[in-house]
Amino acid sequence: MLHMVVCIKQVPDSREIRIDPKTNTLIRQGVPAIVNPYDLNGVEAALQIKDQFGGRVTVLTMGPPSADKALRQCVAMGADEGVLISDRAFAGADTLATSYVLAKSIEKAGRLWGQPAIVFCGKQTLDGDTGQVGPGIACRLDYEQLTYVEAIESVDPDRGEVVVRRHLEDGVERVRAPFPVLITVLAEMNKPRRASLPGLLHAQTYQPIVWSTADFEDLDRSKIGLRGSPTVVSKTWVPEPRQVDTEFLKGETGEVTSRLAQVLVERLQTVQGA
Amino acid sequence: MDKPRFDAIVVGAGPAGSVAAYTMAKQGLRVALIERGEFPGAKNVFGGVLYRKPLEDIIPEFWKEAPLERRVVEQRLWVLGHDSVVGFSFRSARFQDPPNAWTGQRAKFDAWLAGKAEQAGATPIYETTVTSLIREGGRVVGVRTDREDGDLYAPVTVIADGVNSMLAKSLGVHREWRPDQVSLAVKEVLALPRGVIEERFGVRDGDGVTIELVGETFGMAGLGFLYTNQDTLSLGVGVMVSDLREKGVKPYQVLDHLKQHPEIRRLIEGAETKEYAAHLIPEGGFDAMPPLAGDGWMVCGDAAQMVNAAHREGTDLAMLSGRLAGETAVACHGTGDWTVGGLGAYTRAIRNSIIQRDLKKYRGLHGLLAGSQAETLFGQLPQALNDAVYEMLSVDGQSKQDKQKRAMALIREAAGGTAGLAGIGWRGWRAMNG
Repeated sequence: MLHMVVCIKQVPDSREIRIDPKTNTLIRQGVPAIVNPYDLNGVEAALQIKDQFGGRVTVLTMGPPSADKALRQCVAMGADEGVLISDRAFAGADTLATSYVLAKSIEKAGRLWGQPAIVFCGKQTLDGDTGQVGPGIACRLDYEQLTYVEAIESVDPDRGEVVVRRHLEDGVERVRAPFPVLITVLAEMNKPRRASLPGLLHAQTYQPIVWSTADFEDLDRSKIGLRGSPTVVSKTWVPEPRQVDTEFLKGETGEVTSRLAQVLVERLQTVQGA
Repeated sequence: MDKPRFDAIVVGAGPAGSVAAYTMAKQGLRVALIERGEFPGAKNVFGGVLYRKPLEDIIPEFWKEAPLERRVVEQRLWVLGHDSVVGFSFRSARFQDPPNAWTGQRAKFDAWLAGKAEQAGATPIYETTVTSLIREGGRVVGVRTDREDGDLYAPVTVIADGVNSMLAKSLGVHREWRPDQVSLAVKEVLALPRGVIEERFGVRDGDGVTIELVGETFGMAGLGFLYTNQDTLSLGVGVMVSDLREKGVKPYQVLDHLKQHPEIRRLIEGAETKEYAAHLIPEGGFDAMPPLAGDGWMVCGDAAQMVNAAHREGTDLAMLSGRLAGETAVACHGTGDWTVGGLGAYTRAIRNSIIQRDLKKYRGLHGLLAGSQAETLFGQLPQALNDAVYEMLSVDGQSKQDKQKRAMALIREAAGGTAGLAGIGWRGWRAMNG
C-alpha cells in the first residue's frame, strides 16, 4: 500500500503576530495557533494522491501537547492517523534537531505502516522561515529531495516514481524521481480542502498517537532538543524604518497623473544614467 | 456511513445558542452546536452590558471565570445638546458586591460561553454554515450544511442564528424585517490606558461606568452609548434603519458626529480606534415576535426579536430564551414528543418569563419611535432641555421667575405646545406600560 507521510507544524497565526518593542521577540501570548499554511498544501497533495490511488496518509508533528489540535484538523480533512511527537526533551530544537527527530519518526512510522513512498513538507514555516527541515529530513533518510514543488504532474505507484514541477528563481524545472521522495510544496500547488462533516465529527473524538522519547529505541540524546541544536540566536532587532522623501501630488486628476508620469520618467532616467 | 444523528442541533453559537447547547448537554443530550464564524463570537457585536442574574441562573458564579471587562458601578444618562449635556446618574456601592452588571466584549465572551457548552459535552461544528432545514412532511428533522456530506439529523433544531435568521425565514415564520423594525448600530472600540480611563470616569480598578446618550442623532430615533472596558472604551450609536434611509444619513456619520461632541471628545481624547463594527438590532419588540416553536424546531434570541430596546437588554434575553429552549428539549427528550404539542412548552415558558412580560410592557414604544415624533423626541426636546437648563443656571440679571418661564417655554415649544407636551408624556407612559 502506498504510504505517505506529511510533516506539519503548529505556528502562531502571523496575521496576529506583533513584536514586543522592549525584548524584540515575538509576542506569542494570546495569538491563535494554526497549522502552517504550506503544510496544509502538503496534506492536500497527499490526500489527492490517496483519492486517486488509495493508500494511507500519516501526519506527524513535533510540538507541545496542544498541537494535537493541528493533527485533528488534518484528520478532519481525511488523514488516516496523526502522530504527536511530544516530550520536554525535544523542546528548544533548531532545524537540525527537528529534522533528526522527524527523520527518526518517519522511520518508526515506516516500521509500523510500511515505508513511506512520499514524505511531504511545507516549503517553510511561517514562524521560522528557514525551509531547512524538509531537506534535513531527506538527507538523513537518503530520500530523493524535491523542493519548491508547485505541481505534481504524475504519480506512478507501480513504477514507483513521481514527476513534479519545481518553481525556481530562474525558471521552472520538470523532474522525474523514483520513490522514496521528499517533496516540499508551495502554496500554488493546490487549495487545501474543507473537511467534510463526517470528517469533522470523526476528528472531534479522534485521539492522536503520542510518541515521547521513551517510544524510540535508537534515539541519540545528544542530537535532540536544546542539546542537539547548535543554532544560537545572538541578537534580534527590528530594523529602523527607512526615511524616504515623500512628495504628495495634489490637484486635479489630470494634473496629478501627468505630473506623476513626469516624475517617473525623470527617476527612470536617473536610474539608467547611474 | 450512517447519517450523523444527534439528540438536538443548535444553529448559532451566540449567547442564545450556546446556553441552549449547554443546558441540553449538561442533561446528557447529544448536542451539535453549529457556528458559521471562525470561532464563536467572531461575528458578534454588542455594546455591551452583561447582567449578572440571567447567566448566574445557568452558570453560578460565572464571573469568576468569564472574560468580563469592568463592574458597572455607575450608570449615566446624558441628554445631549449641540455643545452641552444634561446628565443624570446613579452610582452605588451596592453594585459592587454582588455586581449587577459588567461591561464585556462579545468576541471574548461568546467564545468562552461556547467553550462551556463544549465542556458540558456539546459537539462544536464551527466554520460551518447551515444552508437549510431538512424537512419531512411538516417536521424539521435536521439541517443541511455547506460542508461535503453535510446533512445532520436530530429530532429538534434550536434556531439561534441571529437577527437576520435565514432559517426562521425559511420556515415562513419570520419575514424580512421592515426598515422600521431594525436599528443599525455602529460601534468603535477605542484604546486608552487603564489609568486614564479610571481617572476620566472616576472609578477604581475593575469598576466601570456606562453612559447612555440621547440626542444629537440628527433627529433620528436612536440611542448612543459609551461604556468603559478594561483598556478600551466602546462608543456607539444605533438608529432606526428607516430613519437613516429617510434622512439619507450614513450610520458612521452619526457616530462621527457624536465623537465631535465636546463632552464626548473630552472622554475619548487620545484614544486609538481598534475596532469598527456594525450590526443590526431587532427593535420590533413584542408585536414582531414570530411563532416560537413548531414540529421539530424552536427559535431563540435575536432570531425571535427578543430585544428590549428601552433597557438595552438583548444578550440576557437571548440567554434566558436559550435556557428555556434547552429545558424544553430536555423534557421532550424524556417524553419523546417533539411535535409542536411537546415543544409548545417553550412558547409557554417564554410567555411566563420576563422576556414576554417586559416586551409586552414596552410594546407601544416601537410605534412611538417609528412615528413622526422621533424628530421631536430625539432632536428638538434634547436641545430644548439643554437650552432650558442653560437658561436656568446662567445668572444674567433676569428674575428667577422670568427665567423659569423662558425655560419652560423652550421645552413647550420644542414639544409643539402644552398639548403636544402632555401628549408625548401620555403616549410615552402608555408606550412603556402597554
